Amino acid sequence: MEKVFSKPHVLTDTPTHYCPGCTHGVIHRIVAKVIDDLGIEGDTIGISPVGCAVFMYNYFHCDFQQAAHGRAPAVATGVKRVHPDKIVFTYQGDGDLAAIGTAETVHAATRGENITIVYINNSIYGMTGGQMAPTTLMGQVTQTTPYGREASTQGFPIGIAEMLSTLEGPSYIKRCAVDSIKHIKDTEESLRVAFQRQIDKKGFSLVEILSTCPTNWGMPPLEAMEWERENVFKVFPLGLYKDKEINFYHKDVANADEKAIKASENSGTDCDSIKEED
Amino acid sequence: MSDKVLMKGNEAAAEAAIRAGCRYFFGYPITPQTEVSAYMAKKMPKIDGVFLQAESEVAAINMVFGAAGAGARAMTSTSSPGFSLKQEGVSYIAGADLPCVILDVVRAGPGLGGIQAAQSDYFQVTKGGGHGDYRLIVLAPSTVQEMATFTALAFDLADKYRNPALVLSDGILGQMMEPIDFDDVEAGFDPSKIRDFSDKPWATTGTNCKRGQNLIKSINTNPVELEQENIERYAKYAEVEKNEKRCETIGVENADVLFVAYGTSARICKNTIELLKKERVTAKLFRPITLWPFPDDALKLAAKNVKAVVVVEMSHGQMIEDVRLNIQDKPIYFSGRSGGMIPLPADIAKVAIDAVSVIKNDGSNTYEGGRE
Repeated sequence: MEKVFSKPHVLTDTPTHYCPGCTHGVIHRIVAKVIDDLGIEGDTIGISPVGCAVFMYNYFHCDFQQAAHGRAPAVATGVKRVHPDKIVFTYQGDGDLAAIGTAETVHAATRGENITIVYINNSIYGMTGGQMAPTTLMGQVTQTTPYGREASTQGFPIGIAEMLSTLEGPSYIKRCAVDSIKHIKDTEESLRVAFQRQIDKKGFSLVEILSTCPTNWGMPPLEAMEWERENVFKVFPLGLYKDKEINFYHKDVANADEKAIKASENSGTDCDSIKEED
Repeated sequence: MSDKVLMKGNEAAAEAAIRAGCRYFFGYPITPQTEVSAYMAKKMPKIDGVFLQAESEVAAINMVFGAAGAGARAMTSTSSPGFSLKQEGVSYIAGADLPCVILDVVRAGPGLGGIQAAQSDYFQVTKGGGHGDYRLIVLAPSTVQEMATFTALAFDLADKYRNPALVLSDGILGQMMEPIDFDDVEAGFDPSKIRDFSDKPWATTGTNCKRGQNLIKSINTNPVELEQENIERYAKYAEVEKNEKRCETIGVENADVLFVAYGTSARICKNTIELLKKERVTAKLFRPITLWPFPDDALKLAAKNVKAVVVVEMSHGQMIEDVRLNIQDKPIYFSGRSGGMIPLPADIAKVAIDAVSVIKNDGSNTYEGGRE
């Protein structure tokens, strides 16, 4: 009989530590299936974040580095520059990626760093117990917005897919969800495109996946899905935000003009700033 | 034939790193170390290496984390305010037992401070600085030649102990030009192994589906296990302390005064010793080369027969705490300048002369002065 369904090979048998109803497990499985399908398990190096997914290295057989809060894109950059032929991905939540790690995210994207970011946006800090995230909706009640997020003191939610798609560097940016079979299928397809983009050395890819946090939203899982569809989807519309082949012009510096190098030697500002102090 | 050139200290360190097999440099501009980045930007693309100007010192040190975890000899360079920023990453690197090299070309602080040379980073490089129980191997050059040899040595020590190693320079050593000989700086490195990571079987090179997972991390939420990791790391540090203390003692054996100084201050003390000869005060210099591990036994030996100890630093006295820990039976004086001001031999000599005359007069060791 033909086998039509099995656990992806790259996943371990370790039970996850995620709360009941959390969608991290679903997304892990999708990432794992894409890694399996592309046949890249042995070449893949994952970077786990700080946040609920900090222990995700326990659930995958591939190599992993665990990064400081928000620094995963920088760590991934270091790994990728050493192993340009390996597949390097980060898996980050919205607090990690869109608050403390905003600079690392934006600059990895604008460099067109040939990595893939799986960005989980559930509008809240999960691991620390439900505080306001940069993605928390207006009026949403959290531990640190007990009266609901309010613009005059807490500002507005940040749309990472929208923001990064204004940059020249990224090659593929998509926002997905995992609230339905249809959306799960779309997420899988999008991650496949994102990883393929990296395999083809075509630059930075990021898939933002809207996710629920029943525990910290204070709702049963199905109600959380419903709330997500009714509220989160309006603020963070699903869809393809950028899909462009980036032209990485590469200058052959091995035989570069020595005159240009001389010119750059004379353009230092350090000496000027020292003179200022005299 | 010797490989002798005239170079800035910052450039010498950069060239030495390349010769020591470093092909991954992640920098961020800050005076007075920017020549390191400029040098790497020029050289790395020509030797199939990577120079990357990061978006911040924080990002740069985390790129080093990634590259070191991936098995490469990786380096970053900065100056004091930038090193404060790197401390987070340094703690993670130490906690993940990764080798890497950091160059700190110290400038005056605190805060943004000034861009002139100082030695006020001693605390933050030798006492941890970042969170948690860890140590950095710290080498303190006092010549442009040593900027090069110690940078190369730092890579070897980092790899040997799987620990970050730091070269503590300052704005003077970074900016000054001296002749240097590159003949000795290639030791301990096989150029054919630049992209061969087989001697780092723990590195994240991809499993190739032939081995189990390699995992680089500092997290362990099990207190029993985390304490055990710390115990093992401190056993490693005990080995470093046993094997790697380095220092230099200069001057006559039976001197009245012992100067204790590192880096630029040590150079000034050498001139001070000459100046003191005219005053009929004999002095010698103890120069710690490793600031951690601190060469404590050698210091005790050097101080054995002197009448007074004078610690000289371009700060308000940081290393002096380690000197006091090791010398209890001698008066210890301090001579230092800060803010980018340089201690002058005449000022240091005056502290030494005063120290000797106070002892001659009443044998007291309660003198607390030293700074005007």
